[in-house]
Amino acid sequence: MSSSGVSDWRPSALQQERIAYRRRRAQRSTLIAAVSSIVVLVVVAVGIGSTPGWPRVRDTFFDVHRGWQALPTVAQGLWLNIRVMLVCAVLIVIIGMALAIMRTLRGPIFFPLRVFAAAYTDVFRGLPLLLVIFLLGFGVPALQLRGLPNQAVIWGGAALVLTYSSYVAEVFRAGIESVHPSQRAAARSLGLSYRQTLRFVVLPQAVRRVLPPLLNDFVSLQKDSGLIAVLGVIDAIRAAQLETAIDFNFTPYVVAGLLFVALTIPLTRLTDYVARRQGWYGGGGGPV
Amino acid sequence: MSLLSLRGVRKAYGANVVLDDFDLDVDEGSCVVLIGASGSGKSTLLRCVNLLETVDDGVISLNGVDITDPRADADKIRSGIGVVFQSYNLFPHLSVLDNVTLAPIRVHRVRRDVARARALEVLDRVGLADKASAKPDELSGGQQQRAAIARALVNSPALMLLDEITSALDPELVGEVLDLLRDLRSDGITMLICTHEMAFAREVADQVCFLHHGRPLEIGPPDQLFGNPREPRTREFLSRIRQREG
Ligand SMILES: Nc1ncnc2c1ncn2[C@@H]1O[C@H](COP(=O)(O)OP(=O)(O)OP(=O)(O)O)[C@@H](O)[C@H]1O
Ligand SMILES: [Mg+2]
Repeated sequence: MSSSGVSDWRPSALQQERIAYRRRRAQRSTLIAAVSSIVVLVVVAVGIGSTPGWPRVRDTFFDVHRGWQALPTVAQGLWLNIRVMLVCAVLIVIIGMALAIMRTLRGPIFFPLRVFAAAYTDVFRGLPLLLVIFLLGFGVPALQLRGLPNQAVIWGGAALVLTYSSYVAEVFRAGIESVHPSQRAAARSLGLSYRQTLRFVVLPQAVRRVLPPLLNDFVSLQKDSGLIAVLGVIDAIRAAQLETAIDFNFTPYVVAGLLFVALTIPLTRLTDYVARRQGWYGGGGGPV
Repeated sequence: MSLLSLRGVRKAYGANVVLDDFDLDVDEGSCVVLIGASGSGKSTLLRCVNLLETVDDGVISLNGVDITDPRADADKIRSGIGVVFQSYNLFPHLSVLDNVTLAPIRVHRVRRDVARARALEVLDRVGLADKASAKPDELSGGQQQRAAIARALVNSPALMLLDEITSALDPELVGEVLDLLRDLRSDGITMLICTHEMAFAREVADQVCFLHHGRPLEIGPPDQLFGNPREPRTREFLSRIRQREG
Protein backbone atom coordinates (compact mmCIF):
# COMPACT_ATOMS: atom_id res chain seq x y z
CA MET A 1 0.00 0.00 0.00
CA SER A 2 2.59 2.61 1.06
CA SER A 3 5.09 3.14 -1.75
CA SER A 4 7.64 5.19 0.15
CA GLY A 5 9.77 2.17 0.97
CA VAL A 6 9.78 1.06 -2.67
CA SER A 7 10.45 4.34 -4.46
CA ASP A 8 14.04 4.81 -3.33
CA TRP A 9 15.07 1.33 -4.36
CA ARG A 10 17.67 1.14 -7.14
CA PRO A 11 18.84 -2.20 -8.51
CA SER A 12 22.28 -3.07 -7.14
CA ALA A 13 25.23 -3.57 -9.46
CA LEU A 14 24.70 -7.30 -9.18
CA GLN A 15 21.03 -7.00 -10.16
CA GLN A 16 21.87 -4.67 -13.07
CA GLU A 17 24.36 -7.23 -14.32
CA ARG A 18 21.63 -9.91 -14.10
CA ILE A 19 19.17 -7.73 -16.02
CA ALA A 20 21.74 -7.07 -18.73
CA TYR A 21 22.50 -10.79 -18.95
CA ARG A 22 18.81 -11.67 -19.32
CA ARG A 23 18.40 -9.06 -22.05
CA ARG A 24 21.44 -10.38 -23.96
CA ARG A 25 20.11 -13.92 -23.69
CA ALA A 26 16.67 -12.88 -24.96
CA GLN A 27 18.20 -11.07 -27.95
CA ARG A 28 20.29 -14.12 -28.76
CA SER A 29 17.22 -16.41 -28.61
CA THR A 30 15.30 -14.14 -30.96
CA LEU A 31 18.18 -14.09 -33.44
CA ILE A 32 18.53 -17.88 -33.40
CA ALA A 33 14.77 -18.33 -33.86
CA ALA A 34 14.73 -15.92 -36.82
CA VAL A 35 17.69 -17.50 -38.58
CA SER A 36 16.43 -21.05 -38.14
CA SER A 37 12.95 -20.09 -39.37
CA ILE A 38 14.35 -18.51 -42.53
CA VAL A 39 16.54 -21.55 -43.24
CA VAL A 40 13.60 -23.93 -42.85
CA LEU A 41 11.32 -21.80 -45.06
CA VAL A 42 13.92 -21.59 -47.84
CA VAL A 43 14.56 -25.35 -47.75
CA VAL A 44 10.83 -26.15 -47.87
CA ALA A 45 10.10 -23.66 -50.65
CA VAL A 46 13.00 -24.84 -52.81
CA GLY A 47 12.16 -28.48 -52.09
CA ILE A 48 8.50 -28.22 -53.04
CA GLY A 49 9.00 -25.83 -55.94
CA SER A 50 11.47 -28.16 -57.62
CA THR A 51 9.21 -31.24 -57.59
CA PRO A 52 7.80 -32.11 -61.03
CA GLY A 53 4.13 -32.13 -59.92
CA TRP A 54 4.20 -28.72 -58.24
CA PRO A 55 2.79 -26.60 -61.12
CA ARG A 56 -0.31 -28.85 -61.33
CA VAL A 57 -0.78 -28.81 -57.58
CA ARG A 58 -0.45 -25.03 -57.56
CA ASP A 59 -3.01 -24.56 -60.33
CA THR A 60 -5.54 -26.92 -58.71
CA PHE A 61 -5.27 -25.87 -55.06
CA PHE A 62 -3.63 -22.47 -54.92
CA ASP A 63 -5.04 -20.55 -57.87
CA VAL A 64 -5.03 -17.01 -56.51
CA HIS A 65 -7.43 -15.64 -59.08
CA ARG A 66 -9.94 -18.48 -58.57
CA GLY A 67 -9.66 -18.14 -54.81
CA TRP A 68 -10.35 -14.44 -54.92
CA GLN A 69 -13.38 -15.10 -57.11
CA ALA A 70 -14.80 -17.69 -54.66
CA LEU A 71 -14.10 -15.66 -51.53
CA PRO A 72 -17.40 -13.67 -51.30
CA THR A 73 -19.63 -16.77 -51.57
CA VAL A 74 -17.53 -18.81 -49.17
CA ALA A 75 -17.34 -15.93 -46.70
CA GLN A 76 -21.11 -15.57 -46.85
CA GLY A 77 -21.38 -19.26 -46.04
CA LEU A 78 -18.99 -18.79 -43.14
CA TRP A 79 -21.28 -16.12 -41.70
CA LEU A 80 -23.91 -18.86 -41.36
CA ASN A 81 -21.37 -21.08 -39.57
CA ILE A 82 -20.62 -18.26 -37.16
CA ARG A 83 -24.29 -17.67 -36.37
CA VAL A 84 -24.95 -21.39 -35.89
CA MET A 85 -21.88 -21.61 -33.66
CA LEU A 86 -22.88 -18.69 -31.44
CA VAL A 87 -26.47 -19.81 -30.91
CA CYS A 88 -25.38 -23.40 -30.28
CA ALA A 89 -22.65 -22.33 -27.84
CA VAL A 90 -25.16 -20.51 -25.63
CA LEU A 91 -27.56 -23.48 -25.61
CA ILE A 92 -24.70 -25.93 -25.01
CA VAL A 93 -23.47 -24.05 -21.95
CA ILE A 94 -26.96 -23.89 -20.44
CA ILE A 95 -27.85 -27.53 -21.13
CA GLY A 96 -24.38 -28.81 -20.22
CA MET A 97 -24.47 -26.98 -16.88
CA ALA A 98 -27.98 -28.25 -16.14
CA LEU A 99 -26.93 -31.84 -16.88
CA ALA A 100 -23.81 -31.53 -14.72
CA ILE A 101 -25.82 -30.18 -11.78
CA MET A 102 -28.42 -32.94 -12.22
CA ARG A 103 -25.71 -35.57 -11.95
CA THR A 104 -24.33 -34.15 -8.71
CA LEU A 105 -27.69 -33.88 -6.92
CA ARG A 106 -28.00 -36.05 -3.83
CA GLY A 107 -31.10 -37.63 -2.39
CA PRO A 108 -33.66 -40.18 -3.55
CA ILE A 109 -36.06 -37.64 -5.11
CA PHE A 110 -33.49 -36.80 -7.73
CA PHE A 111 -32.80 -40.40 -8.72
CA PRO A 112 -34.67 -40.14 -12.04
CA LEU A 113 -32.88 -36.89 -12.90
CA ARG A 114 -29.50 -38.43 -12.16
CA VAL A 115 -30.28 -41.46 -14.31
CA PHE A 116 -31.56 -39.27 -17.13
CA ALA A 117 -28.44 -37.09 -17.11
CA ALA A 118 -26.14 -40.10 -16.99
CA ALA A 119 -27.96 -41.85 -19.85
CA TYR A 120 -27.99 -38.67 -21.92
CA THR A 121 -24.26 -38.11 -21.63
CA ASP A 122 -23.49 -41.78 -22.26
CA VAL A 123 -25.58 -41.85 -25.44
CA PHE A 124 -24.55 -38.58 -27.01
CA ARG A 125 -20.88 -38.92 -26.22
CA GLY A 126 -20.93 -42.32 -27.88
CA LEU A 127 -22.89 -41.44 -31.03
CA PRO A 128 -20.84 -40.08 -33.94
CA LEU A 129 -21.84 -36.47 -34.56
CA LEU A 130 -22.38 -37.12 -38.27
CA LEU A 131 -24.87 -39.87 -37.41
CA VAL A 132 -26.86 -37.54 -35.15
CA ILE A 133 -26.87 -34.91 -37.91
CA PHE A 134 -28.20 -37.44 -40.43
CA LEU A 135 -30.82 -38.74 -38.01
CA LEU A 136 -32.17 -35.32 -37.11
CA GLY A 137 -31.50 -33.46 -40.34
CA PHE A 138 -33.00 -36.03 -42.72
CA GLY A 139 -35.07 -38.13 -40.33
CA VAL A 140 -37.20 -35.60 -38.48
CA PRO A 141 -38.29 -33.45 -41.47
CA ALA A 142 -39.23 -36.68 -43.25
CA LEU A 143 -41.83 -37.31 -40.52
CA GLN A 144 -43.59 -34.12 -41.64
CA LEU A 145 -44.89 -33.53 -38.14
CA ARG A 146 -46.97 -30.40 -37.77
CA GLY A 147 -45.58 -27.67 -35.60
CA LEU A 148 -41.98 -28.77 -35.98
CA PRO A 149 -39.62 -26.67 -38.06
CA ASN A 150 -38.30 -28.39 -41.15
CA GLN A 151 -35.30 -26.24 -41.96
CA ALA A 152 -32.15 -28.31 -42.19
CA VAL A 153 -30.09 -25.67 -40.41
CA ILE A 154 -32.22 -25.92 -37.27
CA TRP A 155 -31.93 -29.68 -37.08
CA GLY A 156 -28.22 -29.56 -37.84
CA GLY A 157 -27.83 -27.08 -34.99
CA ALA A 158 -29.91 -29.30 -32.71
CA ALA A 159 -27.57 -32.22 -33.46
CA LEU A 160 -24.56 -30.05 -32.53
CA VAL A 161 -26.25 -28.99 -29.29
CA LEU A 162 -27.18 -32.56 -28.31
CA THR A 163 -23.71 -33.92 -28.89
CA TYR A 164 -21.67 -31.05 -27.51
CA SER A 165 -23.80 -30.51 -24.42
CA SER A 166 -22.93 -34.06 -23.35
CA TYR A 167 -19.20 -33.24 -23.61
CA VAL A 168 -19.58 -29.92 -21.86
CA ALA A 169 -21.67 -31.55 -19.10
CA GLU A 170 -18.80 -33.90 -18.35
CA VAL A 171 -16.33 -31.00 -18.31
CA PHE A 172 -18.53 -29.11 -15.83
CA ARG A 173 -19.03 -32.21 -13.71
CA ALA A 174 -15.29 -32.79 -13.49
CA GLY A 175 -14.95 -29.16 -12.36
CA ILE A 176 -17.65 -29.49 -9.72
CA GLU A 177 -16.11 -32.64 -8.34
CA SER A 178 -12.65 -31.08 -8.26
CA VAL A 179 -13.73 -28.52 -5.65
CA HIS A 180 -12.47 -29.85 -2.34
CA PRO A 181 -15.16 -31.20 0.04
CA SER A 182 -13.83 -28.93 2.80
CA GLN A 183 -15.07 -25.97 0.75
CA ARG A 184 -18.59 -27.37 0.89
CA ALA A 185 -18.18 -28.08 4.60
CA ALA A 186 -17.03 -24.50 5.22
CA ALA A 187 -19.99 -23.11 3.30
CA ARG A 188 -22.52 -25.38 4.99
CA SER A 189 -21.09 -24.55 8.42
CA LEU A 190 -21.80 -20.87 7.70
CA GLY A 191 -25.45 -21.82 7.28
CA LEU A 192 -25.56 -21.73 3.47
CA SER A 193 -28.07 -24.20 2.04
CA TYR A 194 -27.14 -26.87 -0.51
CA ARG A 195 -28.25 -24.62 -3.37
CA GLN A 196 -26.49 -21.54 -2.02
CA THR A 197 -23.32 -23.55 -1.53
CA LEU A 198 -23.48 -24.77 -5.11
CA ARG A 199 -24.19 -21.33 -6.49
CA PHE A 200 -21.84 -19.11 -4.50
CA VAL A 201 -18.99 -21.45 -3.55
CA VAL A 202 -18.76 -24.55 -5.74
CA LEU A 203 -19.79 -23.41 -9.23
CA PRO A 204 -17.65 -20.24 -9.38
CA GLN A 205 -14.57 -22.28 -8.53
CA ALA A 206 -15.55 -25.15 -10.83
CA VAL A 207 -16.15 -22.90 -13.85
CA ARG A 208 -12.86 -21.09 -13.38
CA ARG A 209 -11.04 -24.38 -13.24
CA VAL A 210 -12.59 -25.87 -16.39
CA LEU A 211 -12.39 -22.76 -18.55
CA PRO A 212 -9.45 -24.02 -20.67
CA PRO A 213 -10.98 -27.41 -21.57
CA LEU A 214 -14.32 -25.66 -22.12
CA LEU A 215 -12.85 -23.17 -24.58
CA ASN A 216 -11.13 -26.09 -26.26
CA ASP A 217 -14.52 -27.69 -26.86
CA PHE A 218 -15.72 -24.47 -28.46
CA VAL A 219 -12.76 -24.38 -30.83
CA SER A 220 -13.85 -27.85 -31.84
CA LEU A 221 -17.48 -26.72 -32.18
CA GLN A 222 -16.43 -23.92 -34.53
CA LYS A 223 -15.12 -26.33 -37.11
CA ASP A 224 -17.72 -29.05 -36.53
CA SER A 225 -20.37 -26.46 -37.39
CA GLY A 226 -19.17 -27.15 -40.95
CA LEU A 227 -20.60 -30.67 -40.76
CA ILE A 228 -24.13 -29.38 -41.24
CA ALA A 229 -23.07 -28.89 -44.89
CA VAL A 230 -24.08 -32.52 -45.44
CA LEU A 231 -27.70 -31.45 -44.99
CA GLY A 232 -27.40 -29.14 -47.99
CA VAL A 233 -27.28 -26.00 -45.85
CA ILE A 234 -25.21 -23.39 -47.69
CA ASP A 235 -22.46 -22.86 -45.17
CA ALA A 236 -18.80 -22.18 -45.99
CA ILE A 237 -18.03 -25.80 -46.89
CA ARG A 238 -21.13 -26.32 -49.03
CA ALA A 239 -20.50 -22.99 -50.76
CA ALA A 240 -16.94 -24.06 -51.51
CA GLN A 241 -18.22 -27.38 -52.81
CA LEU A 242 -20.62 -25.65 -55.20
CA GLU A 243 -17.83 -23.37 -56.41
CA THR A 244 -15.55 -26.34 -56.95
CA ALA A 245 -18.17 -28.14 -58.99
CA ILE A 246 -18.03 -25.37 -61.62
CA ASP A 247 -14.53 -26.14 -62.92
CA PHE A 248 -13.02 -28.85 -60.67
CA ASN A 249 -10.55 -26.40 -59.24
CA PHE A 250 -10.14 -27.08 -55.51
CA THR A 251 -8.97 -23.64 -54.49
CA PRO A 252 -12.38 -22.72 -52.96
CA TYR A 253 -11.92 -25.57 -50.44
CA VAL A 254 -8.54 -24.13 -49.50
CA VAL A 255 -10.17 -20.72 -49.10
CA ALA A 256 -12.84 -22.20 -46.79
CA GLY A 257 -10.13 -24.01 -44.84
CA LEU A 258 -8.13 -20.81 -44.39
CA LEU A 259 -11.23 -18.97 -43.21
CA PHE A 260 -12.00 -21.68 -40.62
CA VAL A 261 -8.43 -21.60 -39.35
CA ALA A 262 -8.53 -17.80 -39.16
CA LEU A 263 -11.79 -18.10 -37.22
CA THR A 264 -10.46 -20.55 -34.66
CA ILE A 265 -7.06 -18.94 -34.05
CA PRO A 266 -8.31 -16.15 -31.78
CA LEU A 267 -10.19 -18.66 -29.62
CA THR A 268 -7.22 -21.02 -29.48
CA ARG A 269 -4.96 -18.16 -28.39
CA LEU A 270 -7.51 -17.14 -25.77
CA THR A 271 -7.56 -20.73 -24.49
CA ASP A 272 -3.77 -20.79 -24.26
CA TYR A 273 -3.78 -17.47 -22.46
CA VAL A 274 -6.40 -18.51 -19.93
CA ALA A 275 -4.65 -21.82 -19.32
CA ARG A 276 -1.28 -20.15 -18.87
CA ARG A 277 -2.68 -17.60 -16.48
CA GLN A 278 -4.00 -20.43 -14.35
CA GLY A 279 -0.57 -22.01 -14.38
CA TRP A 280 -1.56 -25.03 -16.43
CA TYR A 281 1.71 -24.97 -18.27
CA GLY A 282 4.47 -25.08 -15.67
CA GLY A 283 7.63 -23.27 -16.68
CA GLY A 284 9.33 -23.51 -20.05
CA GLY A 285 7.80 -22.87 -23.42
CA GLY A 286 9.36 -20.40 -25.83
CA PRO A 287 8.14 -16.92 -26.68
CA VAL A 288 5.50 -17.39 -29.37
CA MET B 1 -27.69 -24.23 32.44
CA SER B 2 -25.17 -25.39 29.90
CA LEU B 3 -25.41 -23.95 26.39
CA LEU B 4 -24.22 -27.12 24.74
CA SER B 5 -24.62 -30.61 26.11
CA LEU B 6 -23.77 -34.03 24.72
CA ARG B 7 -25.36 -37.15 26.13
CA GLY B 8 -24.32 -40.66 25.09
CA VAL B 9 -23.05 -39.51 21.70
CA ARG B 10 -21.67 -42.25 19.48
CA LYS B 11 -19.99 -41.90 16.11
CA ALA B 12 -18.28 -44.69 14.20
CA TYR B 13 -16.71 -44.91 10.76
CA GLY B 14 -17.23 -48.55 9.87
CA ALA B 15 -15.62 -50.59 12.63
CA ASN B 16 -13.68 -47.59 13.90
CA VAL B 17 -15.66 -46.25 16.88
CA VAL B 18 -14.45 -42.66 17.19
CA LEU B 19 -16.87 -41.35 19.84
CA ASP B 20 -18.36 -43.79 22.32
CA ASP B 21 -21.08 -42.90 24.84
CA PHE B 22 -19.70 -39.36 25.01
CA ASP B 23 -21.01 -36.88 27.63
CA LEU B 24 -19.92 -33.25 27.77
CA ASP B 25 -21.31 -29.94 29.02
CA VAL B 26 -20.24 -26.51 27.85
CA ASP B 27 -21.56 -23.70 30.03
CA GLU B 28 -22.69 -20.44 28.52
CA GLY B 29 -19.78 -18.00 28.22
CA SER B 30 -17.17 -20.60 29.05
CA CYS B 31 -14.31 -22.01 27.06
CA VAL B 32 -13.81 -25.77 26.92
CA VAL B 33 -10.64 -27.16 25.38
CA LEU B 34 -10.41 -30.69 24.00
CA ILE B 35 -7.02 -32.39 24.12
CA GLY B 36 -5.99 -35.89 23.18
CA ALA B 37 -3.80 -37.92 20.86
CA SER B 38 -4.02 -37.42 17.11
CA GLY B 39 -6.97 -39.42 15.84
CA SER B 40 -8.71 -39.45 19.22
CA GLY B 41 -11.81 -37.84 17.69
CA LYS B 42 -11.54 -34.14 18.56
CA SER B 43 -12.34 -32.89 15.08
CA THR B 44 -15.06 -35.49 14.70
CA LEU B 45 -16.72 -34.21 17.85
CA LEU B 46 -16.77 -30.65 16.50
CA ARG B 47 -18.12 -31.83 13.15
CA CYS B 48 -20.94 -33.66 14.94
CA VAL B 49 -21.84 -30.56 16.93
CA ASN B 50 -21.94 -28.58 13.69
CA LEU B 51 -24.10 -31.26 12.04
CA LEU B 52 -21.55 -31.86 9.32
CA GLU B 53 -21.62 -35.47 10.54
CA THR B 54 -24.71 -37.35 11.70
CA VAL B 55 -24.29 -39.02 15.07
CA ASP B 56 -24.98 -42.76 15.31
CA ASP B 57 -26.62 -42.41 18.71
CA GLY B 58 -27.13 -40.00 21.59
CA VAL B 59 -28.33 -36.42 21.85
CA ILE B 60 -26.59 -33.10 21.28
CA SER B 61 -28.58 -30.14 22.49
CA LEU B 62 -27.91 -26.47 22.00
CA ASN B 63 -29.82 -24.07 24.24
CA GLY B 64 -31.97 -26.97 25.35
CA VAL B 65 -32.99 -27.84 21.78
CA ASP B 66 -32.13 -31.28 20.44
CA ILE B 67 -30.15 -30.52 17.28
CA THR B 68 -29.55 -34.19 16.44
CA ASP B 69 -33.28 -34.56 15.75
CA PRO B 70 -33.50 -35.30 12.01
CA ARG B 71 -36.49 -32.93 11.81
CA ALA B 72 -34.37 -29.97 12.99
CA ASP B 73 -33.51 -27.25 10.46
CA ALA B 74 -29.81 -27.96 10.05
CA ASP B 75 -29.01 -24.82 8.02
CA LYS B 76 -30.58 -22.61 10.66
CA ILE B 77 -28.71 -24.34 13.49
CA ARG B 78 -25.40 -24.12 11.62
CA SER B 79 -25.85 -20.43 10.97
CA GLY B 80 -25.88 -19.85 14.73
CA ILE B 81 -22.59 -21.68 15.25
CA GLY B 82 -19.26 -20.21 14.16
CA VAL B 83 -16.65 -22.66 12.95
CA VAL B 84 -12.98 -22.26 12.20
CA PHE B 85 -11.42 -25.39 10.80
CA GLN B 86 -8.06 -27.05 11.17
CA SER B 87 -7.15 -25.83 7.68
CA TYR B 88 -8.41 -22.38 6.84
CA ASN B 89 -11.03 -23.15 4.20
CA LEU B 90 -11.47 -19.59 3.06
CA PHE B 91 -13.16 -19.42 -0.35
CA PRO B 92 -10.27 -18.83 -2.76
CA HIS B 93 -12.35 -17.11 -5.45
CA LEU B 94 -13.64 -14.42 -3.08
CA SER B 95 -11.82 -11.51 -1.49
CA VAL B 96 -11.44 -11.45 2.29
CA LEU B 97 -14.34 -9.01 2.56
CA ASP B 98 -16.59 -11.14 0.35
CA ASN B 99 -15.67 -14.23 2.38
CA VAL B 100 -16.84 -12.44 5.51
CA THR B 101 -20.03 -10.96 4.01
CA LEU B 102 -21.20 -14.09 2.15
CA ALA B 103 -23.23 -15.59 5.00
CA PRO B 104 -24.67 -12.29 6.31
CA ILE B 105 -25.91 -11.35 2.83
CA ARG B 106 -27.09 -14.75 1.63
CA VAL B 107 -28.18 -16.49 4.82
CA HIS B 108 -29.16 -13.69 7.18
CA ARG B 109 -30.41 -11.38 4.41
CA VAL B 110 -28.53 -8.37 5.74
CA ARG B 111 -28.36 -5.42 3.32
CA ARG B 112 -25.10 -5.33 1.39
CA ASP B 113 -23.84 -2.00 2.71
CA VAL B 114 -24.74 -2.91 6.29
CA ALA B 115 -22.99 -6.26 5.92
CA ARG B 116 -19.89 -4.57 4.53
CA ALA B 117 -19.71 -2.06 7.34
CA ARG B 118 -20.11 -4.79 9.94
CA ALA B 119 -17.52 -6.99 8.17
CA LEU B 120 -14.99 -4.15 8.15
CA GLU B 121 -15.57 -3.68 11.87
CA VAL B 122 -14.86 -7.35 12.54
CA LEU B 123 -11.85 -7.38 10.20
CA ASP B 124 -10.51 -4.35 12.02
CA ARG B 125 -10.91 -6.21 15.27
CA VAL B 126 -8.82 -9.14 14.04
CA GLY B 127 -6.29 -6.68 12.57
CA LEU B 128 -7.05 -7.27 8.91
CA ALA B 129 -8.86 -4.10 7.85
CA ASP B 130 -6.14 -3.29 5.31
CA LYS B 131 -6.43 -6.74 3.71
CA ALA B 132 -10.17 -6.57 3.03
CA SER B 133 -9.79 -6.61 -0.74
CA ALA B 134 -7.00 -9.21 -0.85
CA LYS B 135 -7.62 -12.75 -2.07
CA PRO B 136 -6.93 -15.52 0.47
CA ASP B 137 -3.83 -16.76 -1.39
CA GLU B 138 -2.26 -13.34 -0.95
CA LEU B 139 -2.37 -13.67 2.85
CA SER B 140 0.07 -15.29 5.25
CA GLY B 141 -1.05 -18.32 7.25
CA GLY B 142 -1.81 -16.28 10.36
CA GLN B 143 -3.71 -13.70 8.35
CA GLN B 144 -5.79 -16.42 6.70
CA GLN B 145 -6.56 -17.87 10.11
CA ARG B 146 -7.67 -14.50 11.43
CA ALA B 147 -9.80 -13.94 8.30
CA ALA B 148 -11.48 -17.30 8.96
CA ILE B 149 -12.15 -16.25 12.55
CA ALA B 150 -13.64 -12.97 11.30
CA ARG B 151 -15.87 -14.89 8.89
CA ALA B 152 -17.19 -16.99 11.78
CA LEU B 153 -17.52 -14.01 14.13
CA VAL B 154 -19.49 -11.76 11.83
CA ASN B 155 -22.66 -13.80 12.35
CA SER B 156 -22.49 -13.16 16.13
CA PRO B 157 -22.68 -16.88 16.88
CA ALA B 158 -23.72 -18.12 20.32
CA LEU B 159 -21.12 -20.86 20.05
CA MET B 160 -17.73 -20.94 18.34
CA LEU B 161 -16.02 -24.21 17.37
CA LEU B 162 -12.31 -23.80 16.77
CA ASP B 163 -10.23 -26.67 15.44
CA GLU B 164 -6.44 -26.32 15.91
CA ILE B 165 -6.52 -22.73 14.84
CA THR B 166 -3.00 -21.99 16.05
CA SER B 167 -1.20 -25.04 14.69
CA ALA B 168 0.14 -23.21 11.63
CA LEU B 169 1.14 -20.01 13.42
CA ASP B 170 4.43 -18.73 14.80
CA PRO B 171 4.56 -17.96 18.56
CA GLU B 172 3.94 -14.26 18.09
CA LEU B 173 0.83 -14.88 16.02
CA VAL B 174 -0.34 -17.50 18.52
CA GLY B 175 -0.19 -14.73 21.12
CA GLU B 176 -2.29 -12.51 18.85
CA VAL B 177 -4.95 -15.15 18.34
CA LEU B 178 -4.90 -15.91 22.05
CA ASP B 179 -5.58 -12.25 22.85
CA LEU B 180 -8.40 -12.33 20.35
CA LEU B 181 -9.96 -15.40 22.00
CA ARG B 182 -9.67 -13.87 25.45
CA ASP B 183 -11.46 -10.84 24.07
CA LEU B 184 -14.20 -13.00 22.63
CA ARG B 185 -14.67 -14.80 25.89
CA SER B 186 -15.10 -11.57 27.77
CA ASP B 187 -17.86 -10.80 25.24
CA GLY B 188 -19.62 -13.91 26.50
CA ILE B 189 -19.07 -16.03 23.40
CA THR B 190 -19.03 -19.71 24.28
CA MET B 191 -16.14 -21.66 22.79
CA LEU B 192 -15.27 -25.28 22.19
CA ILE B 193 -11.66 -25.64 21.04
CA CYS B 194 -9.39 -28.52 19.95
CA THR B 195 -5.67 -28.12 20.27
CA HIS B 196 -2.35 -29.90 20.62
CA GLU B 197 -0.74 -26.91 22.29
CA MET B 198 -0.94 -27.39 26.03
CA ALA B 199 0.33 -23.90 26.86
CA PHE B 200 -2.47 -22.47 24.75
CA ALA B 201 -5.03 -24.76 26.38
CA ARG B 202 -3.84 -23.75 29.82
CA GLU B 203 -4.08 -20.06 28.95
CA VAL B 204 -7.52 -19.98 27.47
CA ALA B 205 -9.53 -22.83 28.99
CA ASP B 206 -12.09 -22.82 31.79
CA GLN B 207 -12.37 -26.57 31.48
CA VAL B 208 -10.03 -29.02 29.78
CA CYS B 209 -11.31 -32.34 28.51
CA PHE B 210 -8.94 -35.22 27.75
CA LEU B 211 -10.22 -37.61 25.06
CA HIS B 212 -9.13 -41.20 25.12
CA HIS B 213 -10.55 -44.13 23.16
CA GLY B 214 -13.62 -42.16 22.19
CA ARG B 215 -14.53 -41.04 25.73
CA PRO B 216 -13.95 -37.92 27.81
CA LEU B 217 -11.58 -39.65 30.20
CA GLU B 218 -10.95 -36.65 32.41
CA ILE B 219 -12.51 -33.21 32.64
CA GLY B 220 -11.34 -30.44 34.93
CA PRO B 221 -10.02 -26.90 35.26
CA PRO B 222 -6.63 -26.48 33.56
CA ASP B 223 -4.62 -26.09 36.79
CA GLN B 224 -5.93 -29.36 38.12
CA LEU B 225 -5.78 -31.32 34.87
CA PHE B 226 -2.29 -30.21 33.91
CA GLY B 227 -0.91 -29.89 37.45
CA ASN B 228 -2.40 -32.88 39.12
CA PRO B 229 -4.18 -35.23 36.69
CA ARG B 230 -6.31 -37.90 38.31
CA GLU B 231 -6.13 -40.51 35.57
CA PRO B 232 -2.89 -42.39 34.85
CA ARG B 233 -3.69 -42.19 31.10
CA THR B 234 -3.86 -38.40 31.27
CA ARG B 235 -0.55 -38.30 33.11
CA GLU B 236 1.01 -40.55 30.49
CA PHE B 237 -0.28 -38.39 27.62
CA LEU B 238 0.91 -35.17 29.24
CA SER B 239 4.34 -36.50 30.06
CA ARG B 240 4.74 -37.78 26.50
CA ILE B 241 3.90 -34.32 25.21
CA ARG B 242 6.27 -32.64 27.66
CA GLN B 243 9.07 -34.95 26.60
CA ARG B 244 8.46 -34.04 22.96
CA GLU B 245 8.39 -30.35 23.72
CA GLY B 246 11.67 -30.88 25.67
N1 LIG C 1 -14.68 -39.05 7.02
C1 LIG C 1 -14.08 -40.06 7.70
N2 LIG C 1 -14.20 -41.33 7.27
C2 LIG C 1 -13.61 -42.34 7.95
N3 LIG C 1 -12.89 -42.18 9.06
C3 LIG C 1 -12.73 -40.94 9.54
C4 LIG C 1 -13.32 -39.81 8.88
N4 LIG C 1 -12.99 -38.70 9.59
C5 LIG C 1 -12.24 -39.11 10.62
N5 LIG C 1 -12.08 -40.45 10.60
C6 LIG C 1 -11.36 -41.24 11.60
O1 LIG C 1 -11.82 -40.86 12.86
C7 LIG C 1 -10.76 -40.82 13.81
C8 LIG C 1 -10.74 -39.48 14.52
O2 LIG C 1 -10.44 -38.47 13.60
P1 LIG C 1 -10.39 -36.94 14.03
O3 LIG C 1 -10.13 -36.14 12.81
O4 LIG C 1 -11.60 -36.63 14.80
O5 LIG C 1 -9.13 -36.92 15.00
P2 LIG C 1 -8.50 -35.69 15.78
O6 LIG C 1 -8.59 -36.01 17.23
O7 LIG C 1 -9.08 -34.42 15.31
O8 LIG C 1 -6.98 -35.81 15.32
P3 LIG C 1 -5.92 -34.63 15.04
O9 LIG C 1 -5.46 -34.19 16.36
O10 LIG C 1 -4.86 -35.31 14.27
O11 LIG C 1 -6.62 -33.57 14.26
C9 LIG C 1 -9.48 -41.14 13.03
O12 LIG C 1 -9.15 -42.48 13.28
C10 LIG C 1 -9.88 -40.96 11.59
O13 LIG C 1 -9.18 -41.87 10.79
MG1 LIG D 1 -8.38 -32.84 14.17
